Amino acid sequence: MPQYSDKVMDHFTKPRNIGEVEEPDGVGEVGNPVCGDMMKFTIKVKDNRIEDVKYLTFGCGAAIAVSSMVSEMARGKTLEEAKKITNKQVAEELGGLPGNKMHCSNLGADALHKAIDDYMAKEKVSAG
Amino acid sequence: MIVRCQVREGLISMKDINLDYAAAAPLDKKVLEKMMPFFTEHYGNPSSGHILGEKPKAAIEEAREAVADLINAEAKNVIFTASASEANNLVIKGLVKAGKRKGNHLIASSIEHFSVLNQLKTLKKEGYRVTLLPVDKFGMINPKDLEAAIDDQTILISIQTANSEIGTIQPIAELSALARERNIPFHTDAAAAAGWIELDVEKMGVDLLTLAGDQFYGPKGSAALYVKRGIRLMPQIEGGIQEKGLRAGTENVPAIVGLGEAAKIAKDTNSERTGKLAAIRDQLKESLFKAVPNLHLNGHPEKRLPHNLNLSVEFVEGEALLMRLQIAGIYVSSGSSCTSQALKSSHVLSAIGRPPELAQGSLQLTLGPNSSAEDIPYITGQLSEIAALLRNMSPLYHQYLKEEKTNASV
Repeated sequence: MPQYSDKVMDHFTKPRNIGEVEEPDGVGEVGNPVCGDMMKFTIKVKDNRIEDVKYLTFGCGAAIAVSSMVSEMARGKTLEEAKKITNKQVAEELGGLPGNKMHCSNLGADALHKAIDDYMAKEKVSAG
Repeated sequence: MIVRCQVREGLISMKDINLDYAAAAPLDKKVLEKMMPFFTEHYGNPSSGHILGEKPKAAIEEAREAVADLINAEAKNVIFTASASEANNLVIKGLVKAGKRKGNHLIASSIEHFSVLNQLKTLKKEGYRVTLLPVDKFGMINPKDLEAAIDDQTILISIQTANSEIGTIQPIAELSALARERNIPFHTDAAAAAGWIELDVEKMGVDLLTLAGDQFYGPKGSAALYVKRGIRLMPQIEGGIQEKGLRAGTENVPAIVGLGEAAKIAKDTNSERTGKLAAIRDQLKESLFKAVPNLHLNGHPEKRLPHNLNLSVEFVEGEALLMRLQIAGIYVSSGSSCTSQALKSSHVLSAIGRPPELAQGSLQLTLGPNSSAEDIPYITGQLSEIAALLRNMSPLYHQYLKEEKTNASV
């Protein structure tokens, strides 16, 4: 088992914002069981801000901690701000991730961005 | 039970339950006692011509007798190595290099240890043909598949006695008979099996057999290879003529002595020790299946190593399970990709047809000297709680619940 930072262990043992928001405005899924990690982010958007964000995650300790951290980082941010969150920043906020976890488990920001893109695509359709 | 506190602040468990004895087990105290004098007192080199070498030399031969006795072989056909991996390398590379039998084809099972599989991969690159036999959903090889794979170019068949991960025991005698009819050398890697099930090279009909002391309470760095008379191997470590010239290097006398003592103990108390652990294993299995829904047994329901239990906890990933269990003071291993150095999920679980999500959620539980039925309620309670907690955040589980609901309403 890799050596995780205290911050990772904290988010792994006490993950924040688990679940799915009701009637989500955007849904973003990444990963698959073959690689071992899967994340599903759902967001609620109000006045261009992420009012609520939740996730479901199948994965290792790092994947769970990453999801939890991303949900905390994204909450309350404008969509533009949230789009700027990178996987690298998430890892930094977690006090670093073991090298081999950087690619396979650090997918939280990608899942969040997908949820935002999903929301924007729907907005476009309803506006158009 | 030993009480140990977890080092990390806030993550404290008063429990200390090892369910990963296949990874490492404590040395049997009797084994340690027997080894001790050979570190400082009888420290001589067995190859010396003078008196200092006498005791160590005699001790090595005594250990050779004990190991031979464990597998019903003759002592002169047993050599010592530093690991089962080394023994497996000596078998495959040594036999290919010896080139006694003309041919370019090797056969093994698809669930062999990497010390067999990776060598075959290398040989394939060098132009050899390799057939990896499939296994059924329990991990069993069908002798018909072996028969069909053999051709006139086959120079070696290597099939493990039992699988370390899922515990499945192969019908070695039946398989080796096919090799003997055609005069093809048959090797079995019995590293996971030795000390746990009866091994008899005559009954099994094998030409080569690998075993490892650390798998039955002997020291790490102690292993042996049985080589039937008439089988020619080229040494892979060249130098002096220790171990009949098959393995150069000054003998690790304490480790060899430890292996011999562990073999003696395993031979003497085999049925009692294994019977006790098999009973605890069966109780644990029953208790877990009762408490945790969507649990799957990996490996054969009956033909399996007595101390082995392998389960897949559906909808969750193994490393997360392993970490949560560790916080609860329970140590296990998993076949998930995240817990492997290579970041690949278990080749054994994929060979038995487990889909990736079930391979990712696998737990390998192996019992050992401190295993007790008293711990079963605690283990069951913890696994049940942890599985529920991780499932609650698993997209696969939520998807399953939705499908269940739809099915129920139809």
